[in-house]
Amino acid sequence: MAADAPENVGGTPVEPGAKQVLGSDDVRRAITRMAHEVIERNRGLDGVVLIGIQSGGVWLARALGAEIERIDTAVPVGAVDASLYRDDIGLRPVAPGSVSDLDFDVDGATVVLVDDVLFTGRTVRAALDAVADYGRPSSVQLAVLVDRGHRELPIRPDFVGKNLPTSATEEVQATIDGVLIS
Amino acid sequence: MVARSLLTVEDLGAAGALRILDLADHMAEVNRRPNPKVPALRGKTVCSVFFEDSTRTRLSFETAAKRLSADTMTFAVSQSSLNKGESLRDTIETIAAMGVDAFVVRHRSSGAPQLIAGWTQASVINAGDGWHSHPTQGLLDAYTIRTALGRTGGLDGLRMAIVGDVKHSRVARSTVAIMRMLGAHVTVVAPRTLLPPDTGDAFADEVTDRLDDVIADVDVLYLLRMQQERMSEALVPNLREYTARFGLTPARAARLGQQTLVMHPGPMNRGVEIAVDPGELSGSVITQQVTNGIAVRMAVLFDLLGSGSPAAATTDDIREGLTA
Repeated sequence: MAADAPENVGGTPVEPGAKQVLGSDDVRRAITRMAHEVIERNRGLDGVVLIGIQSGGVWLARALGAEIERIDTAVPVGAVDASLYRDDIGLRPVAPGSVSDLDFDVDGATVVLVDDVLFTGRTVRAALDAVADYGRPSSVQLAVLVDRGHRELPIRPDFVGKNLPTSATEEVQATIDGVLIS
Repeated sequence: MVARSLLTVEDLGAAGALRILDLADHMAEVNRRPNPKVPALRGKTVCSVFFEDSTRTRLSFETAAKRLSADTMTFAVSQSSLNKGESLRDTIETIAAMGVDAFVVRHRSSGAPQLIAGWTQASVINAGDGWHSHPTQGLLDAYTIRTALGRTGGLDGLRMAIVGDVKHSRVARSTVAIMRMLGAHVTVVAPRTLLPPDTGDAFADEVTDRLDDVIADVDVLYLLRMQQERMSEALVPNLREYTARFGLTPARAARLGQQTLVMHPGPMNRGVEIAVDPGELSGSVITQQVTNGIAVRMAVLFDLLGSGSPAAATTDDIREGLTA
């Protein structure tokens, strides 16, 4: 599947050297499947909220939220900025406009943290701290579109769109139009 | 490596200023939370060294440092060994030896923060030096205008009038500089005696001594504090005449546009430069200036101190930062 030459499935230009491993249809299917899994795991969706991690997780949280609403019922969708909680502050610039946006109560909620790519787990660790500053969720689950391995912390996802073996030096880009490795 | 410092807004440039303003959005969100504190600067120490009176700037910086979880020290000049004849340089080097990551410096002499920055490895933040510069005031003014008007980019075409004692005002210098860097058109309104000798195109877009000619056409009216001590220097005849020609009187307030913002760096001389109750002006953002000051100073501290590279971080994190 992934070894083929880049095929421009999603409509975004594939940069030279980049390999497309998921097309836009694959991404859409993965989101639909994850939406079903979230609904099944949290029967009734009572108290479930989706929180995308700024900035890559936000589009995915919105897409997942829209899909869950289509299948079942609407759940609140928010965004959290983990950049002020990182253990490697300064290594990555804070993206302009990627401000936390949580206009619902996190206390007692079942939080589904959403990110596009799960790698070392350090972003998720920082996001857990960030969410904890807004309240005490009754539980936190983790949904990612791509799990690329190389974890440095004891963090595992609850919902995965695609497990993608990578080398530590590769870069993975995930958008609604597909997933690229370069 | 010598740490970066913030000495003037001119040093930042437009790109640097926009970087701080964007960062301030993140900090303002932190400040709106029930628990307004993040761990971003844990383990960093910020020392305020104020050689001149200040309440709001010093408290604002200390609050900002604490909300980022930095430790704070205050150097009280009146209780210090400076009174025993210790030189400024020795004082700074002594404090620096205790392990300080940033000095927040206010001094009555222009250029003192520059001198201090040359003596220490720590970052130096200018919190006002003489008549020269007050960069965080300029930044918080720009941020206040940007958020009040909902403009996230630059301030192209915005019309601002800044009124009063421009000559002795580091606030005027920094605020005019940043507003023009971001594309605003700035008119300086002042009596000739309170204009700096270098007022030309390089300083402002327009200079006038007639507030009534411009007041109806500006998006932002910025009033400077009329310092009482200027009276003794005979730079203006008396305060009543100043108010009549340059103060925001009820008659002038009625001519302001509905959307016009009214700003003042504080502390206000009520009845002098502002002869109306600012609470009754629909466009007054004077309180927001104070609130935003904390977010902007958090952004400055984070920008200067948050950019070290901790040994624990791996290159993977950098790579993840690029992709995630």
